[in-house]
Amino acid sequence: MKNLILPAALLALTAGGALAQTVRLGTEGAYPPYNFINDKGEIDGFERALGDELCKRASLTCEWVKNDWDSIIPNLVSGNYDVIIAGMSITDERDKVIDFTQDYYPPTASVFVAKTADANTKGVVSAQTATIQAGYVAESGAQLLEFATPEETVAAVRNGEADAVFADFDYLKPIVDAAGGELVIAGEPVPLGKGVGMGFRESDKPLRDKFDAAITAMKADGSLNALLKTWFGDATKTY
Amino acid sequence: MFASCTDPAALGDLHWLVCYLTTAKHLSFYASFGTVLLLLAVTAPAALALGFAGAVAARSRVLLLSWLGKGYIALVRGVPDIAFFLFFVIALDQGVEYLRHVWLCPDWSEPIRQGSDFRVCPPAKAPLGNAPQWVHEVYGFALAVFTFALVFGAFAANVLFGAMRAVPRAQMETAEAYGMTPRQSFRRILVPQMWVYALPGLSNLWMVLIKATPLLFLLGVEDIVYWARELGGTKTPQFTDYPHGDWRMWYFLFLLVFYLAFTRLSEIVLDRVMARLTKGQATLGGDAQRKAAA
Repeated sequence: MKNLILPAALLALTAGGALAQTVRLGTEGAYPPYNFINDKGEIDGFERALGDELCKRASLTCEWVKNDWDSIIPNLVSGNYDVIIAGMSITDERDKVIDFTQDYYPPTASVFVAKTADANTKGVVSAQTATIQAGYVAESGAQLLEFATPEETVAAVRNGEADAVFADFDYLKPIVDAAGGELVIAGEPVPLGKGVGMGFRESDKPLRDKFDAAITAMKADGSLNALLKTWFGDATKTY
Repeated sequence: MFASCTDPAALGDLHWLVCYLTTAKHLSFYASFGTVLLLLAVTAPAALALGFAGAVAARSRVLLLSWLGKGYIALVRGVPDIAFFLFFVIALDQGVEYLRHVWLCPDWSEPIRQGSDFRVCPPAKAPLGNAPQWVHEVYGFALAVFTFALVFGAFAANVLFGAMRAVPRAQMETAEAYGMTPRQSFRRILVPQMWVYALPGLSNLWMVLIKATPLLFLLGVEDIVYWARELGGTKTPQFTDYPHGDWRMWYFLFLLVFYLAFTRLSEIVLDRVMARLTKGQATLGGDAQRKAAA
């Protein structure tokens, strides 16, 4: 019996290696323009376009998976998907648990948004759980109000629960534009983090290197800059 | 969905709403109601079966079986649902993968636990890494059903255990006097008569189960609560043809109505079942039915 199983297992192993392995890309789908669900119910946004392009360049078959922000790292390390591509900033704290590629989005500016431009950014400030913004608010001496989704952090300012919300400029910008003066940017932008990168299991070095090489190539031929401008406007930082 | 929806910004209010409510994203929302109903339809009988097995085991005269049944009831009832759903499902998933790993890759040399990573050999992944997304979803759903059944089965076991003891001793003695074996009297007398005592407890469980379905999203299944949250969130014009403000309240109000209507419907059905089960029973309800008929 054992003699039968062994070759069968070896066959399965080699067959798995020969077949194009599907790489599962995990994202939150609630953080436009990085990633969001479009009217068709599909994942869309800057990271969708970037991820598809990177997979094409690395000749990988990729599949998109939605996952809550809260459990996005635990589900990566337990193997439910292979990559996090969800506007996640590279930080030392996260780097201890997972591996990052180089940044595909330059170090971001985060801003406060409130009902008035002179709002108290040291008062009650809302931010999404387990983000660098939440860490910054906690250390700034303001009272941190954490929410599981970005949507709720903005709603907290609208209904007066928080004095201001602190998040990526690119996420808040379209909301401020659409709010018709109800929400404005308060205070100065705060540069945070080392840019946004793709997250991998620490034991997945070869896969990480493939994507890293593809990002390098996209930076070199200018296609990443073009993509950044498409999604974040001409004024955005480029490489 | 409709051809006239190509330029939503130019539409009148009512027409806009019709188009808005029929986007592909909304259709996923409607479909997720089916997911929830399917979960209930599969979980309820599975939990009842587990509960029955647990109750029979708990009252077994074989000490080991009895401990097993009582242990199951006490253990699962004592653990908070949310801890169970977060911890148990991941443990179950990794347990399945570990067993497949041992079976399929006997000469795999790398350790499975590498720091915080859990790595089994590729053919042992459940489901396989290159399986299409729907297989992953079905697998997640199956894990959810199993976990729900296990949790609610423990509560059902406790209810049935009590109901079996509530059947009047005289009924069982009569069966014995007729010369029935314990097995026969269990099947012919105890089981048919216990349901009337079990139903109030079981109907409670059913109601709690209906309300527990939002836990599905913890397990990565996109249920009605996920879609209500996603659809209700603020949509700015850059990213959708149907921009709107924070409409989560309306979506959650709709869910409230759905859950209320569904529990009301369940109540009506359960009342009928109760009336049917009471017929001819030696209970207060059974007596009342006999007097009313006389």
